This record gives sequence, structure tokens and C-alpha cells, in this order.
Amino acid sequence: MRQAEVVIIGAGPAGLAAAKPLLDVGAEVTLIDRSAMLGGQLTKQTHMFFGSEKQHASKRGIDILKLMVEAIETYPNLTVLTETTVVGLYADKVVSCVKDDHYFKIQAQYILIAAGASEKSLPFENNDIPGVYAAGAVQTLMNVYGVKPGDRVIMVGSGNIGLIVSYQLMQAGVQVPLLLEAADTISGYLVHASKIRRLGVDIRMNTSIKRALGETSVEAAEIWQLDENWQGIEGTETIIPCDTICLSVGLAPLTELLQQAGAEVKYVRELGGHVPKINQHYETSLDAVYACGDVAGIEEASSAMISGHIAGIEIALKAGYTVANANDILPRLRHDLRNLREGPHGEKIRIGLKKLGVA
Amino acid sequence: MDPKNIIICRCSDVTLEDLLTLFKEGYTTFEELKRIKRVGMGPCQANTCGKMVQWEIAKYFNRPLEVVQFHNMRPFTMGVKLKSIKEQADEE
Repeated sequence: MRQAEVVIIGAGPAGLAAAKPLLDVGAEVTLIDRSAMLGGQLTKQTHMFFGSEKQHASKRGIDILKLMVEAIETYPNLTVLTETTVVGLYADKVVSCVKDDHYFKIQAQYILIAAGASEKSLPFENNDIPGVYAAGAVQTLMNVYGVKPGDRVIMVGSGNIGLIVSYQLMQAGVQVPLLLEAADTISGYLVHASKIRRLGVDIRMNTSIKRALGETSVEAAEIWQLDENWQGIEGTETIIPCDTICLSVGLAPLTELLQQAGAEVKYVRELGGHVPKINQHYETSLDAVYACGDVAGIEEASSAMISGHIAGIEIALKAGYTVANANDILPRLRHDLRNLREGPHGEKIRIGLKKLGVA
Repeated sequence: MDPKNIIICRCSDVTLEDLLTLFKEGYTTFEELKRIKRVGMGPCQANTCGKMVQWEIAKYFNRPLEVVQFHNMRPFTMGVKLKSIKEQADEE
């Protein structure tokens, strides 16, 4: 069996940020990702980031990714396994992987789960016909592969992903006549919503999709208004022609590996679903198994970078390394994270973390 | 809304009507639904349908989402060829 000192599962913003401090102290790091490209969601984030300069604000996601990869790629103590899927995680810290039908196991001393999240779906009639996409898939098609997903898209969901992908679709010459939101408020940043509203997108609150229409692929969407219990109101249906229905209805932490290994998880709706119970060092209920980024609760990429950075340092300390200035850096990072979670948009996260008992 | 046209689990082709029928027959947990209908046992391992199954259980039995037990997760997260596992075992 292969041996590895630290295995990081997921090379998105959290995993990349965690690798750096571990490599700096000389730890042997194996970074695993199922994609061919490192960077996770950053690979398709062509928009500029908000927030603080420390988390690369006003740079585009794809450029942040380059900086993060450049910061680690030359370390001789780094092993990168791309197009490698971790298929099993066991409490004795054995990580089983598959790459091109080649199955192999790694015995790790420390494991960091930074696997991110999966997109949620929605039950409505004919939700299985071609032309019904998740927003992340549309973003991958457009921004990574340069493929236009359709010509006329109805977006479902007003979170930041729905808002940003709507804008990017329009930049690619795709019509976005309508964006639906089941709640009575926009859930993403108003600045993104205002931008697409100015470009002519009809944003409708308390509205959702009832069914997709079309024989072999989407030809129209039937929408309806929702009552205060999110139930459709008969008689309010309208049919809107479109060839694509794009679902941006939230993300769920990918905790399947942690659950396989028997880590304690808790369902916290504010954090997107089942999340591991972690302590202040980002360690799960399993010894030497850590979790950071969206796996530990759905947030922004900026938060994922900070939590990854903290988790990387924490693992280095636990492994007995001396991390220069750790006593200054860790409190500063925790302070930055608290800052990102301030304000109305951080409220959900704050409530969620309190429920989880880590705030 | 016609529940037979609403796909919950696209890997195993399980509709909302299938779930509602099972609820009426007395099956109340994700694990039971999984064993009877294979919901969540396909290539995506409930990463797409899981939250919808949880939601439908909560709605039908009028329970908060927090108390609806999720399904048990076991290795592997995706299909692995027996040939691949055998080759690895032979190497060891």
C-alpha cells in the first residue's frame, strides 16, 4: 500500500490553501482531485471576487487559481493525483482511489477532506428531459469548455450562483428572460441581482417551476406562484418558451466520505445539509481526519481559502511541526473568517455554526 | 402536479409517485425506500436525489427535516470494476 503523511481530498480553494502551509513545513502532501484540472469551482469562476484583498478580492477566480497552484507546484514534497476519485475512506485512515480503472489504496497519517459540495435538484414534472441543467453544470460547459448550453434559459434560484451564471449566460449571447425565486427575497448579493435586472431579466419572487414542457427536450417552462408555505397556487400558471431550465437551488456538502468512515455528522439546514462535527482545529470526530471548505458548511470561496489555510496549519501543528508565527497567523485568519461572516449575508452561516456548536 | 412525471432518483428511475405509494404502504425511512426501490443506489449515490428524498419524507409525515434520518453511506462512492479490485489485491 502507498504511504502518505497528509492526504488532501479535493484541490479546490480549500484544499489548495491547506496544502501550502503543510508543504512549507516539509510535510509530504498528496493532493487528490477527480478532475483533470486543479482548482475545483475556481476553474469556472471567470468573475471577480468581492471581499478583502487578503483573499484576492477584485481578481477573477481563474486567476486566483493560477496563483494558488503556482504557490505550491514546485515543492518536491508534493504529490498531485488528478483524474483520481477517492471511492472509499476508512476510519483507520486508508484512502481507496480509482484512476483510469486502476484501483489503489493509500495509508495516510493525516487526512483533510476538502471535497466541496454537490448541487441540489428540484422535483417538478418532466425534470428529467434534456435541457434541464444544474447551474454549476451550465457554468462548466460555458466557462471551462466554451460550449453554449442553449439559446434561451430560465434560471431557477436567486442565490449568487444563479445570479452570476445568468449574467455570464448573457455575456455569452444567451437570452435569460426570467429568473424565479421561491422565497420573497433575493438570496444572493443585491449588486449581482441589480446588474441582471438592468439587463432586462424579469426577476419574480414567490414563483417556481411547475413543469418542463417538450417532447424530446425542453421547449417551455410552466411556472406558478407559491403561497407562504411554498405550495403552488392553482390558476397562476404561465407558460414561458425556453430551451433550457437552469436549476440553482443550493449546494449540499459532500460528506459521503466522512460518513463512510463513521465521522459524526449533523443535519444543519443553514449549512446546506449534513456537516461533520468539527472542533476549533477543524478536526472531525475521527482522530487526525480534518474537514474544511464547503464540506464543513456551504460558504463562499473566500471562506474556503481561509478555512483551508487554518486547517493546513492545524494539521502541521498536530503532526509536530513548528509553524513560524502560528500564534500570530491563526488568530488573524480566524478574525478574517469572522469578518467574512458578518452582515446580513453571513447570518445563515452564523446560525448554522451555532447549531453545530463550533461558533 | 402529476407525481408519476416527477423523477426523484434519475439513476434508478424512481418517481415521486413511487415514493408516495411506498409511504402509503407503511415505509417511512430512507433506508427502507432504498432497499425496496434502489433509490439513491445508482452512480451518483444519492448525491442528487438524497436531499429530495429527505424533503419528501419530511413533507409526507410532517416532520422537520432535521429529524429525518438520512441513508447510510458505505464505500464506494462510485462503481469500481471487480477486475480493478482483484488486480490491486494480486499486487499486495
